[in-house]
Amino acid sequence: MSIKLEHVSYVYMPGTPYEKEALKDVSLEINKGEFVAVIGHTGSGKSTLVQNLNGLLRPSKGTASLDGTDLSGKTKEAKQARGRIGMVFQYPEHQLFAETVYEDIAFGPRNLGLNNDETDARVKEAMKFVGLDFETYAQRSPFSLSGGQMRRVAIAGVVAMNPDYLILDEPSAGLDPGSRRAVFAEIMTLYKKRGIAIIMVTHSMEDAAKYAKRLLVINKGQIILDGRPGEIFLKEKNRLLEVGMDVPEVYKLADALRAKGLRLPHEITDAKLLLAEVKRRKGLK
Amino acid sequence: MLDITLGQYYPGNSFIHRLDPRTKILSTLLLIIAVFLANTAVGYAALCAMVLFIILISGLPFMLVLKSVKPLLFIIVLTLVLHVVMGQGEHVLYQWKFIRVTEEGLRLGVQMAMRLILLLMISSILTFTTSPIVLTDGIEALLSPFRVIGVPAHELAMMMTIALRFIPTLMEETDRIIKAQTARGADFSGGNLLVRAKNMLPILVPLFISAFRRADDLAVAMEARCYRGGEGRTRMHQLAYRSGDVMAFVFAFAMIGLLAFLRWGPKLV
Repeated sequence: MSIKLEHVSYVYMPGTPYEKEALKDVSLEINKGEFVAVIGHTGSGKSTLVQNLNGLLRPSKGTASLDGTDLSGKTKEAKQARGRIGMVFQYPEHQLFAETVYEDIAFGPRNLGLNNDETDARVKEAMKFVGLDFETYAQRSPFSLSGGQMRRVAIAGVVAMNPDYLILDEPSAGLDPGSRRAVFAEIMTLYKKRGIAIIMVTHSMEDAAKYAKRLLVINKGQIILDGRPGEIFLKEKNRLLEVGMDVPEVYKLADALRAKGLRLPHEITDAKLLLAEVKRRKGLK
Repeated sequence: MLDITLGQYYPGNSFIHRLDPRTKILSTLLLIIAVFLANTAVGYAALCAMVLFIILISGLPFMLVLKSVKPLLFIIVLTLVLHVVMGQGEHVLYQWKFIRVTEEGLRLGVQMAMRLILLLMISSILTFTTSPIVLTDGIEALLSPFRVIGVPAHELAMMMTIALRFIPTLMEETDRIIKAQTARGADFSGGNLLVRAKNMLPILVPLFISAFRRADDLAVAMEARCYRGGEGRTRMHQLAYRSGDVMAFVFAFAMIGLLAFLRWGPKLV
């Protein structure tokens, strides 16, 4: 069970003066149940990569497949395979269109060909999942909601399709800290409870360190690093700085403490862990 | 979707690219007049040679310019076919029932088709070698004398500039919305006209909302920078005629002169 890219290249506007090769011979496998973070500076090819992962873009060269089914095909199987890979775009609330929250979330399930009862069940489940009360919000216009709520409706619209893989492009961009936490809590539930593979594009090293189990670093259309976030942030600091990325603050702090002679374990992924570790070393409570 | 290059500007730094936009607009008009003056084989040959010459010095790929004929290819072929099969005149070349091919019809059809092709190529050289923004500057400058009779030259140009500026943005937005709805299993191809129109709603509603939001933001941003219309505004790029522009005008008028001579002048052959 995996999404597989084999020697995928992607060229925008081929044959014009604006031609641009955004992906260069990328091979990648993402298994079911993984949590992958994709980082890279603006224009590195992150968005192109994830759009090739779910068949929205057709590779110029190479193939993208899900369990052996070519994602760019026109067959029924290809369409079904694409349906198993959900995609939440950047600012997904800009894609809301229906008159009610209910109708917007029901759009995906209906397109899958589900009947009214099944759709109803999916909408209720998805709304509960993103923490929007059905009675209160189902019949309201999505455009009357706050930014954070709109984003949750949009995410619910994708979740309602019951994907096996969920791609999120900057899911927390432009949200206040409260909504951010809520969105990430939802993503973690999808990952942990439902076993949905998460592929998250992010600019935040902190988020990548905190949530992901695997980190892909993209530069100039190629995957230059692929591994556990802890390891990459620890060992490849210089490489990351070279391509305009950074390591999370907590790693920097841990490094500084190590330089002062404090012995710390290698993988400190967040501030809480660091604090507990320092206390333990110093015999504090 | 993003493959559509609007205004189809082909970046370059040729003699044609560097001409003042006013020169290019006016010369294009002059050359269009020249095309309408042509009525002899020699005239058309001269025009073709001229178009080839301009393409050569503009550094545009010939096929690119030729491709600009494509959107109207159907009309061109239709014109040709209609003129050929509905031919009037005496010199019948071929007749089958009501289909009558005459020499005059054939001549007229080819002439019409040539005219359309030349017009398309000439005007597309203008848009290929002039970026839309520069083109708008040119139009504004050419329209400004008409302000005295109430033509809002600056406002028109500003509207065009803004529209041109936002077309790529809105295209990108459309592309993104289409992708997002496609990822949710939307299908935009099947069904009759009504079904298809209904299927467009998930694209159109978000697109309109975003267009209004952008318009609002832009209006605020312009007011914040004290925009109050065209009165007394200076510009970053001043338009100025150079020696090349004089040459272009001389060339355009020479073409008109040549074609006028071929039409009304003493027959040489």
